[in-house]
Amino acid sequence: MGKGPILQAPETFFIAPLSRPAPGSVGKTGSWRTSKPVVYEDKCTGCMLCWLYCPENTILKTSNGKVAIDYDYCKGCGVCAAVCPFEAIDMVSEV
Amino acid sequence: MVINLRKLPDKKYIMPGNAACPGCPETMGLRYVKMALGDNVVLVIPAGCSSVIQGISPYSGINAPILNIVFAAAASAATGMKAAFEAMGKDDVHVVVWAGDGGTGDIGFQALSGAAERDEDIIYICVDNEAYMNTGIQRSSLTPYGAWTTTTWKGKKEHKKNIPMILISHGVKYVATASVGYPTDFIEKLQRASKIKGFRYIHLLAPCPVGWRFDPALTAKVAQLAVETGLFPLYEYINGEFKLSPIAKRYKDPSKRKPIIEYLKLQGRYRHLLDKPEEIKKIEEYIENTWKLIETLEESFAPGKDRGKKIFDAL
Repeated sequence: MGKGPILQAPETFFIAPLSRPAPGSVGKTGSWRTSKPVVYEDKCTGCMLCWLYCPENTILKTSNGKVAIDYDYCKGCGVCAAVCPFEAIDMVSEV
Repeated sequence: MVINLRKLPDKKYIMPGNAACPGCPETMGLRYVKMALGDNVVLVIPAGCSSVIQGISPYSGINAPILNIVFAAAASAATGMKAAFEAMGKDDVHVVVWAGDGGTGDIGFQALSGAAERDEDIIYICVDNEAYMNTGIQRSSLTPYGAWTTTTWKGKKEHKKNIPMILISHGVKYVATASVGYPTDFIEKLQRASKIKGFRYIHLLAPCPVGWRFDPALTAKVAQLAVETGLFPLYEYINGEFKLSPIAKRYKDPSKRKPIIEYLKLQGRYRHLLDKPEEIKKIEEYIENTWKLIETLEESFAPGKDRGKKIFDAL
């Protein structure tokens, strides 16, 4: 009694289960899609409105200043086609 | 201030492959929050769709540190977190509460009101999708008049609770309304709010395709129509000064507003109202009253006169 520290560090620590950000937290959501967006590069002016509005972050900026679509994860909501002022994105049925 | 879309950070703030429904306005909004505030953001998320969007452990669909907390404690948890950051000397961290309309107006309201009264240094964003969408579209106090939900299947009989005005009455530093249909406006407001110290509140309209019964492609369009019809005015209240946002200014004139029927007919939740002109008239009256209130506020809280500050100091 009276020797050693009053509080001892516990031998084991409880480690909280942390989730880390990663693509595909519920799998490849591209399979949810019924129609897919197709970009017509000749009509695309690179205004990036589709990139701004895409809820899923599946619109990718390409090196020539235009856009491409990540079909692995695109859920096919069609927001990009609806906001495009130049009709450069079309929804094509996949079923 | 004009935002160049090409200069906004091209980082994956929302991880693709999350559990959100197609056309979800919440993932849109979360991207804008991170675009505006940068990487120094910690989110506090009470129960709601945003807790589900993160997906299945050990992965997360939102690229930010998140504290998931119970409904009634979001603002108090953020208060404690901010105090802890200050004690650690990390003053530049933005603690952001990302709560739904139920977590703001109904269940989380006492914590929100308490934090606003103490003027805690946090940003509180209410993502208003106008019902409890996550649990199955039940009515909340922020559901508008006439809207169908699973608990108001003949249309809600009461009008929407005006939370931003309640927050202005608390005498907080910053209150704003925004819509996911106008992302640059929302980003500008967030950037302005991030430079202010004290309690900041932003009310973000987020049209939910599942609960409002419309085509997911129209999320942005419906959010814009809510502003264009005058139903959801965009304004900013900064430290005793009230002003309309540049986008909403032209809708002060009733003749420039789009007819409300354009907004209603897009949404399945208003389907039963379309052949009842007297019900539509009630919504039109509500819009007129909203703008009357805004005109009064513009007059009494006019920028550059310090009148608003004096009013709150006198109280």
